[in-house]
Amino acid sequence: MDTGDAAWVLTSSALVLFMTPGLALFYGGMDRSRNVLNMLMMNFWCLLVIPLVWVIAGFSLAYSGAGSVIGNFDLVFLSDLSITDESGGSTLLAVIFLGMFAVITPALISGAVADRMKFSAWALFVPLWLVLVYCPVSFWIYGGVWGEGLTGWLGTRGSLDFAGGTVIHVNAGIAALAGVMVLGKRRGWPGEGHPPHSMPLVMLGTGILWFGWFGFNAGSAFAANGVAIQAFMNTFLAAAAAGLAWAVVERVRDGHFTNLGVASGIVAGLVAITPGAGFVAGMSPIWIGLIAGVVCSFAVGVKFKAGYDDALDVVGVHFVGGLVGSLLIGLFADPDFFGGEFDAGLFYGGGLGLLGEQALANGVVIVFSFVVTFLIFKVLDATIGVRVPEPVETTGLDLEEHSETAYHADALTMGRL
Amino acid sequence: MKLVTAIIKPFKLDDVKDALKGVGVVGITVSEVRGFGRQGGHSETYRGAEYKIDFVPKVKLEMVVDPADAAKVVDTIVASAATGEIGDGKVWLADVDELVRIRTGERGADAI
Repeated sequence: MDTGDAAWVLTSSALVLFMTPGLALFYGGMDRSRNVLNMLMMNFWCLLVIPLVWVIAGFSLAYSGAGSVIGNFDLVFLSDLSITDESGGSTLLAVIFLGMFAVITPALISGAVADRMKFSAWALFVPLWLVLVYCPVSFWIYGGVWGEGLTGWLGTRGSLDFAGGTVIHVNAGIAALAGVMVLGKRRGWPGEGHPPHSMPLVMLGTGILWFGWFGFNAGSAFAANGVAIQAFMNTFLAAAAAGLAWAVVERVRDGHFTNLGVASGIVAGLVAITPGAGFVAGMSPIWIGLIAGVVCSFAVGVKFKAGYDDALDVVGVHFVGGLVGSLLIGLFADPDFFGGEFDAGLFYGGGLGLLGEQALANGVVIVFSFVVTFLIFKVLDATIGVRVPEPVETTGLDLEEHSETAYHADALTMGRL
Repeated sequence: MKLVTAIIKPFKLDDVKDALKGVGVVGITVSEVRGFGRQGGHSETYRGAEYKIDFVPKVKLEMVVDPADAAKVVDTIVASAATGEIGDGKVWLADVDELVRIRTGERGADAI
């Protein structure tokens, strides 16, 4: 493997890993002070469990073999993978890099179930969801013998997903909706307000996410080449445009530029450019960011009318942002810029064919992910229960589930028992 | 005038506030406080070491009311703050010698 490529993908892997703690702070700051540690723990749990599940079977099921629906078991326990194999270690590097994506995808769901999910249920949900939902969906779009082209049934049809708009954001976003429909509303919602307990943590988390997202998108070129450069530029511009769009919507609609509006817009822009990062160029990322910022700024209000308690707007930002970005590939995809490896979007002379494929791929993933996630939650609810008892919810999950609290008055702590 | 002071569970604050508004209370001062009573404290665990936290978080409400309303206000707080579990808190009444609205200089019941 080219040493420059290896260096960039290794660097990108570390960048993507850093996104999960960043997401934890982004969500944790938005959460209430009595539940912030539970939120951090739900995210860090993914950093503990997913790497092991990934090397045992996850990577093999998501990427190995030449099937169309699900991978095979050829690469379980990293068997046959070596730094001296014929890929020169690049398959092992793919296990590393893609493992970071596997970590953050279920972590995204934590924001929806905040404040009331039993931690033991979350602990089991994460590996179950990875194997039953993430692995097959990944295979549909990215599956095939590594380095030898796609065989997954959606990927071969021509639908595009550069870094995981459908596989990661639409998938996790609709799963979040299924989860909260089983879990139910938080006590007092929506009558009681739940404003963020620490906006500085939210802004810090947003910065870490943006930083890490350069690895997420530009690293997905899997090479240190021009596609990586363009994906980097697109990530830079779409986030800025979406943050600006959301902030302006709030200024016009609500009267102020808010920090949470800026943070939410930046993340919505990053989500929306993820599927098209390596397929669009020029001013297209700015249009994608502006559209996503405006659409998501209204999408986060839907939960109050529809009555589902998506606590920290996983549906409004990740599902809607991912879907908007994925569909916009059908308009903005510019194959000439990238050497003609994929179909053109409507604005670049490609007609409506690509838009149709994008709609099909997202539609299939939405139905599959919603149904299977709903069933996982139902089974967990019927066995160990998914929801904490009311006294735990009112006292706070930090103390009751983890025997810790985030913010102490030192003088009132009485020393060791 | 009477000073009504109540110590309640933090998550009951919204219910109590709404109930008090419902019986005509026009102002409340709220503080986040910590204390212990029969409920005792709780323990937290860090690197396997258990720490005793004697003082648990509560919310304190204070309001000055007309003596004729005092009993109703106390009853309203008791009814809206109760969960039946230990740690629900307390309400007490005290006489107030003087009350002044700073902006206008109004005194006594006019300043409520």
